[in-house]
Amino acid sequence: MDTMAAIKQTFFQECEDQLVELETGLLAIEKGDHDPETVNAVFRAVHSIKGGAGAFNLGDLVHFAHIFESAMELVRTGKLMPTVPVVKTMLRAADVLADLVREARDGKRYDPSRSAVITAELTALAPPPAVEAEPFADFDFTPVMVDLSDFADLGGPAAPTGFRIGFTPRADLYAKGNETAILLREVERLGATVVTCDTSAVPLIDALDPEGAYLSWTVELDTDRDEAAVREIFDFVEWDSTLTIEPLGAPAAHPATPPDAEDGDPPVAPPTVASSRESGTPVPEAAPTPAAGSDKATVATAQATIRVDLDRVDRLIDLVGELVINQAMLAERVTEAGLARVSAVATGLDELEQLTREIQDSVMAIRAQPVKSVFQRMPRLVREVAAQVGKSVRLVTEGEATEVDKTVIERLSDPLTHMIRNAIDHGLESPEARLASGKAEEGLVRLTALHRSGRIVIEVADDGAGINRPRVRQIAVDRGLLSPDAKLSDEEIDNLIFLPGFSTAKMVSDISGRGVGMDVVKRSIQALGGRITIASRPGQGSSFTMSLPLTLAVLDGMVVTVAGQTLVIPLTAIVETLLPRASTVHSFGGSARVIGVRDSFIPLVDVGQVLEYRHEAADPKSGIALLVEAEGGTRSALLVDAIQGQRQVVIKSLEANYGRVPGIAAATILGDGRVALILDVDAVVSGSRTDQTTPDFSFALAG
Amino acid sequence: MSKVVLTVDDSRTMRDMLKAALSSAGYSVVQAEDGMHGLEVLAGVRPDVIITDINMPRLDGFGFIEGVRKEGPNRAVPILVLSTESHIEKKNRARSAGATGWIIKPFDPVKLVDAVRRVAA
Repeated sequence: MDTMAAIKQTFFQECEDQLVELETGLLAIEKGDHDPETVNAVFRAVHSIKGGAGAFNLGDLVHFAHIFESAMELVRTGKLMPTVPVVKTMLRAADVLADLVREARDGKRYDPSRSAVITAELTALAPPPAVEAEPFADFDFTPVMVDLSDFADLGGPAAPTGFRIGFTPRADLYAKGNETAILLREVERLGATVVTCDTSAVPLIDALDPEGAYLSWTVELDTDRDEAAVREIFDFVEWDSTLTIEPLGAPAAHPATPPDAEDGDPPVAPPTVASSRESGTPVPEAAPTPAAGSDKATVATAQATIRVDLDRVDRLIDLVGELVINQAMLAERVTEAGLARVSAVATGLDELEQLTREIQDSVMAIRAQPVKSVFQRMPRLVREVAAQVGKSVRLVTEGEATEVDKTVIERLSDPLTHMIRNAIDHGLESPEARLASGKAEEGLVRLTALHRSGRIVIEVADDGAGINRPRVRQIAVDRGLLSPDAKLSDEEIDNLIFLPGFSTAKMVSDISGRGVGMDVVKRSIQALGGRITIASRPGQGSSFTMSLPLTLAVLDGMVVTVAGQTLVIPLTAIVETLLPRASTVHSFGGSARVIGVRDSFIPLVDVGQVLEYRHEAADPKSGIALLVEAEGGTRSALLVDAIQGQRQVVIKSLEANYGRVPGIAAATILGDGRVALILDVDAVVSGSRTDQTTPDFSFALAG
Repeated sequence: MSKVVLTVDDSRTMRDMLKAALSSAGYSVVQAEDGMHGLEVLAGVRPDVIITDINMPRLDGFGFIEGVRKEGPNRAVPILVLSTESHIEKKNRARSAGATGWIIKPFDPVKLVDAVRRVAA
């Protein structure tokens, strides 16, 4: 059934939301948040997962969620204090629950031994109460058929002749929205009936309570169904009425005495009546606060959200991209037509440009999401890795609300995971070593996100021992990545860990491992148009800083000409532009040149040569140098022939439409309709270095 | 004109399932996401039957039922409670809040429609 498949998909999406809510709530409780609503939210999350799982017959999931829920219920009702060990157990239970959900989604069979330990721990927290041991309908994993009657087992096979039903409703029955006429109609569905109504209790009009109940009925039902089927009809009303059911042919007991609307305790009352009257008055302690003024405020502050198919958003973004290009083309046509800058057309066009920009920003904002969705996966990772390596680790996250494009977020997860594993496994010392060096036993890993000059900066820092430079250097030499007599600065040594082939199985434990080295991390960050840098201080820790573009769809760029080709250089990389003079450019070695900028010398990179547009070096005096800052803050000057201008360009993936080109990050379409390539500054700079200095010291030409 | 059922549940899955089951039985379905929202929706809708969950943020099912029963044109609308527990205590609680009947989750669509029919005038 198609609808069910769609609902099942919804269920798993919803589970993801609830798992997030669950973990966030538990972490808040761990930090000392004792707001009952937090506990309730956590409980609800587990409860909802269990409810949905039941509907889809996911037995393992229901079973585990039920045990988890029972423990949560104790916390919720104040019978179990959420102490740190309790919350830690619950966090691990949440991890198992997440695994169960995912495996149910992927249709895998869960290995029960994996949840056995945590199940035992939860059960120890919350010994299942006696009543729970009874096979409840929802706790029995056979399909969804549920008997609505509690009393089904009471009615054995009955005489096929039928029943005499005596039924006397009380006022409460009507107050709860039940209706005798409907009940009688239902009885009729079972067979032929003869209904008599006793109106003797109806008082005179002035004594009549319009909402009272004064009638009683006797129904003679001719049916071959058993008593349970009859009882089931009255299941909802049994407590608010007097009901007698006896087989036809038995001596007719006098039907229920016509009751007083308020206080008729009939002689043949079922034993449950008494308790129903007790519970008839609302239980004060449990009565929830009804709609109050404060709740109105919640309504106002709650952010309304809608879920939109991502394809629709992407289509919109594509269209806006086309709009931007079109607007640029139009602007060029207007300029070509020689219209004055102050003409009405030009002014209108300026306004159009403004609007286009705003539309573009707004559309991009739709795709922007807080990094929280990635960050919140990390506490679990930290717990797991810390447990595996036997270290005690505290994760501090900051700037979770920082927003960035959804694709960036998605592709951030793997590198971030790897870096955090690395920080715990290699960065932090063992507890003994930490104590010996006068640090707290618990290591600290800090994960921070912030916006800085149009980019998002994400930092993973630890307070461990810092990079062991002599060892890193030794490893690089051993692997043949570095000549033994090479002279490297501290920073260069730190960067060795990004070399392909630096980390191998020998040093990579199965924690950081998974066959991924820091070179892969670096490459995936670069593929997002980002860069990664290391800062490390011996004894104080290391920090890895990633700087990424906020969106992958547009870019502010400098449009330049190189050997007759139009190229775009990302504006974020450019520090300043210079007009080289003969006196400031110095050649040395083969083709290497440097340019003097104020009181320092900076390598001059001939873009035309690196990209192999031409073989002879360009004359610096006829070109323009763009001072750029590449990864790690190293500066270089890119030599281009001319600057055309600065504009925002819509990024079109070259990889998707053509193929990967070293030194080129992507492409765009300019106002005149021509394709221009977007330069990958880091790759061009390190590419030029590869050509001219140590060939061993080769950075990945990623782009 | 088809009968209108208001479903109040904070779980999208459950709302979708209720809607699928009820729509295919010819009911038109109005949805609310929690008790508070349910009361807001009721200001403009006169459903024939209400189905509500118990565990919900902002205002739970018990509070919602009490809110409905307190006053207004929807005071006498039959309310069915959706509950994962067939616990007798929970039933009593729902009953004393003014619920008409209950449905145990996970529900069977046929039984659900039966229960709705059983209370819908």
